[in-house]
This record gives sequence, structure tokens and C-alpha cells, in this order.
Amino acid sequence: MATSTTFWEKLGFRKASGVSEAGWGQTLFAGIISLIYFLPVLLIIITSFKLQTEALSVPPKFFPTTFFGLIPEAYVFTPTLENFTSVFSRAFTTGGAAESTGFDRFFFNSMFIAGSSVLLALVIGTLAAYGFSRYPLKGNDTYLFIILTTRMLPAIVVIIPIILMFRIAGLSGSYLGIIFLYTAFNLPFTIWMMKSFFDELSLDVEDAARIDGSSELRVFFKVCLPQVIAGLAATFVFGLILTWNEFLFALLLTGVDTRTVPVAMNQAVAGGGIGVLWGLLAAIETLFLIPVFLVTFFLQNHLLRGVTFGTVKR
Amino acid sequence: MTMTATQQQAPGFLNVAADNWKLAIAVGLIVSIIAGSVLPPAASFWVIGAMVTMVAASFVVNAFRKHYYGGLLVSPAIAVLFVMNIFPLLWSLGLSFFAYQSSQQTMRFVGLSNYSKLLTDDLKAPELWANLTNTAMFTVLTVSCQMVVGFLLAVMFARQFPLRRYLLILVLTPMMLSVVAVGVFFSYYYDPTFGLISQMVKSWNGEQFILFSNKTGAVAGIVFADAWMWSPFVMLLVLAGLVSVPKYLYEAASIDRVGSWRRFWTITFPYIRGLLMLALLFRTIEAFKMADLVILLTKGGNDTMTISYHVIRIANEQNKTSEGAALSYLLLFVVIVLTNLYLYIANRRSQEN
Repeated sequence: MATSTTFWEKLGFRKASGVSEAGWGQTLFAGIISLIYFLPVLLIIITSFKLQTEALSVPPKFFPTTFFGLIPEAYVFTPTLENFTSVFSRAFTTGGAAESTGFDRFFFNSMFIAGSSVLLALVIGTLAAYGFSRYPLKGNDTYLFIILTTRMLPAIVVIIPIILMFRIAGLSGSYLGIIFLYTAFNLPFTIWMMKSFFDELSLDVEDAARIDGSSELRVFFKVCLPQVIAGLAATFVFGLILTWNEFLFALLLTGVDTRTVPVAMNQAVAGGGIGVLWGLLAAIETLFLIPVFLVTFFLQNHLLRGVTFGTVKR
Repeated sequence: MTMTATQQQAPGFLNVAADNWKLAIAVGLIVSIIAGSVLPPAASFWVIGAMVTMVAASFVVNAFRKHYYGGLLVSPAIAVLFVMNIFPLLWSLGLSFFAYQSSQQTMRFVGLSNYSKLLTDDLKAPELWANLTNTAMFTVLTVSCQMVVGFLLAVMFARQFPLRRYLLILVLTPMMLSVVAVGVFFSYYYDPTFGLISQMVKSWNGEQFILFSNKTGAVAGIVFADAWMWSPFVMLLVLAGLVSVPKYLYEAASIDRVGSWRRFWTITFPYIRGLLMLALLFRTIEAFKMADLVILLTKGGNDTMTISYHVIRIANEQNKTSEGAALSYLLLFVVIVLTNLYLYIANRRSQEN
């Protein structure tokens, strides 16, 4: 049915790959489905450009312009950037002077905590995975099973002792505590994923390197690590998505200085109904989505390949 | 090489050396016990921490001198997991045998009475049972929705077509949203006066539509939001399986004129079964813990309390720490039984094939 259109191939739309190919018909179909699926996110992004009265209007205003008179005026709003500026500083009382909301700090906190804990888990977890894969311990499988089990447990079970532990150690409200906690929660997944990557590698290359006189360190850094970059990327993205949006631990264990955006967002919501500043909230979420969206987009190819390679046993 | 290293003379017990871990354990234990009984908790915590670090350091030096790389590489991960997961777990197991409230300073050993109270008390037992059935209902509904939607989306994206890369990221976006934003904005979409769904229903039949007015609506609202958010996760795993099916199998099947239904079950399904099981396991565990969406959407109203939210309420809002711990352990027990049952069935299935 599909006669190949070399014109589009020249434009680079069809790349050779292992999966079967479909034409623009599939694009149209998938495009409609994807847009419907994306609609709630799109509405959040649209709301971030609306003033409060327009966000609550009946009927809802969906469109920023009339598209040359195609859309009735009742469905059109005037886009504004006010929400984005008031994320960072706004007047808290009517007529008062604009104050800083501290959201620049919260964005920094989110990036710092999520970034450093995922990277830390990646470093520690990759080392452990390499150890489990290449130098099996006595009772290797038991250790691995216990590590997997900690992933299976509901987080709520450990929350009470952790609160007590942090209170006693003076760690509650500090960066150190929450970073190590998130590291521990990313570790099981990282170890499990990276181990299956190391298991898939061919041992011959490593042995050849050892015979040529490479040290164990050199074998790890120069031979093994470059072969599992896709796995590192996939693990990084999954860990980042989960840590970036974590709410429960952040709510209970961060203080004023270390508060992350989801917690601050939750506090901005308090009240509900008409009292919520919907445009402002949408602007916060839109800004908050951008970093993780970009990371996922640029690591997307690694992500798919990584998931395949890491989990399918041959 | 390793043989000669292990045959080296082990250091004497009283020999002060960096790799003498026996001495380190003995000194560490004595100092910790003294510090624990003399110093206030905040100070003794750090003293004990320092002693643990000392023992760990002696193990590391010992392992390094004996070329024991396996233990050396694994130890940081085990240490972090022990401090942040396993130790708190044991602590909360201990707490569940005491009567302790974080708002008061008293602590009294009560044995199993926290558990028996939860299971037999006239007020608490029915509440627990109701929350448990609610949780089971949410788990079954959301996970089955996610599996179906995720699978269909994956089938759609399993073929190469123009702009696929850009459409795929659109579908992945819900997973990247913060739970808080999803909860809050779904309550915005569900709102009786200015919400989109209510306005659509109103323009159709003219009546005001309140989704959360009864239990069915409230459950449907929560399940829809959760399934929408996490179907992309299932999609990603299934897609990885679908992409890994070798093309020549399909070509052979088309030469043999195999029907599409049979082709799916004999060729495609074996490649995605493992990943489907994995997605099912992860999503079931996550669904069992569901609390945040319920807090944000209904606050447990209309009989939508889940067990996880119940624990948060007891432990954090009512400060009944030990009772919360006991409840956590009942929950943990259920999860472990279910997981083992699942693993048992999954293993038996894979042995049959």
C-alpha cells in the first residue's frame, strides 16, 4: 500500500529502524490521539496566560486569538505574561508593594535536591551494580532480593521513623537529609537496572583489556562504562521524573529554606475553589515542567533503547 | 594474585591498624553503649554514627588490602539503604509495640495491643476494613485502566511514522507533571460551576453537574486522573517490548498467512509478557500506596479514604505514632503476601512455558 515517497525521505522524516513503517495516515491518527491525551496539559499551559477572571469564565475561553474571525469572541481571551512575573514577585495585599515570593529559591531547591540525589544514586548504584555483576558476593541473590524488596515497600511504612530520626539528628529541614533519603529511594531501581545492563555486556572485551595490562579501574571506566551510556540515560530520566515530583517526603521533611516546588505549590493552592489563583498556579507548573520535559526530550532515544536493553533477557 | 593476598597474616586483635575491624567493632560497641546511656539522644546519635563510620572504614581498608572488590563496590549502596530504609523499618517495627505519641514524651511497652486494637476495636476495625476495600478497588480499577490504555498507546507508537518522536513526547508529558498539579487541575476541570466537564454536561442537559456528589463519581474522577497520569509509564515499558520483536518473525508469519489474532499471541505476546508483568507489579505497588490524589481531590470524602491516607492521618495529623506504625506493618504484611503470591504465579507461568 505505502509506496515510498522519496521526497519525505530526503527531508529525513523516515529513518531506517527495526520497527515497521507507516505513512502520514498513521501520523494523522496518532496526532489526534496524542493531542487528546495532551489536552489537560495544554489547558494548564493556556491557563497560565489567563487572568483570574478569564480562568473562571463561563463559557471557558480556549483561544488566544480569534484566528481571523473564525472563533466567536466569547471563547477568546487576551494572553498576558503577568502570571509568570508574579510567580517570583507579587503584592500579597491589594495595593501593597510587590514582594518576593521565594519561588526562585524553591526552583533552585528542586533542581539542587533532585539533581544531586539522582546523580548520587547513579554513581553509588552503578558501582554496586558493577560489583554485583562482576564480583558476585556470597549470597549475591539474597542481597539483590533485599534491595528489590525495599523498592516494593510502601514509602509510608518508613516515614514515621525517618521523621523521628531526622528530628533527633537535626537533619529535618536540611539539604543533606532529604538528598540522602531520595538517593536511597532511587538506589534499588538504579542497581536493578544497571546490573541488567552490565550482565548483557560481553566479557571478552574486558578480558582482552586485562590481558593487555589494564588495571581494574581502567577496565571499568574505559571499557564497561562507555557501553552502558544508554542505560545511564534511561535510569537518570526515570529517577529524575520520580524525584522531581516527589511530594510526601518533601512535605514532611523540608523546612522553609529547603522547600521544593511541589510543596510550595500545594501551599499556594490552600483554600480551593474560587480562592485559588489558577493562572498563577498554572504558570508555576508550566515553568516547573520545562526542565524535566527538555531532559526527557533530549534523552528520548536513549530512554527507549535503554528500557529495551535493560529489561529484555535474551 | 588474590590467593597470596588472602594468605597474609591477619593482624592481631589488639594491634592498632587501619584494617583491624575486630578491634574497631569492640571499641565502637563500648563507646556507643556508654554514649547512649550518658549523653542526650541528639549527641549520642552523632557519637554512634561516628563509631559506625569507624567500623565501616576499617572494613573498607581491610577489603581493599585483600582485593575484595565485590564488597568494596557494593558497600556504599548497602550503607545508604541500611541507614535510610532498613534501619527505619526496624525502628517502626519496634515502635509498633509501644504506646507512643510524638506530641508527648512518654513511652510505654504495650506488646501487641496496638495491633489487636486495630483489628478488633468496634470503631477502628470496620474503618480499617472499609479503607482496605477502598484501596483494593482503586488498585484494581486504576491498574487495569493503565494497562489497557498504556498497551493501546504502545501499539499505536510501535511503528515508525513521520513526527513520531514529537508525538511520543506529548503522550509522555502527563507522567512528568507534579502530582500536586494534576490533583489541583483535575479538581479545576471537575469543578461544579466553572469546571469544563460540568459546563459540557450543563450545555447538554441544562442541569448543574457535580461529579463528586456521590461515591461512583468521586471514584471515577480519582481513577481517571491517576490512569491518565500513569498510563505513559506502562506505554513506555510495553513499547520497549514491542520494538524488540525481530522483524523476520512477522515476515515469516505473513508468508504462512497467520491471522493477526494468532500472530499477536504467538509472536508478539511472548516478547512483551515480561515487561507487562513488570509494569503490572510496579503499578500495583504504586496504586496500593495511593494517597496524594485522594487528599487533593476529595480529602477522603464520599467514602474514598485509602489505607495509605489513613496512615498519614493517624501518624501525622493525630500524632498517634505507634498506632500508625502498627497499621503500616499490617499494610506491609498485605503487600509482602501479595507480592510473593504474584512472584509465585509469575514464576510458575514462566516455568510452564
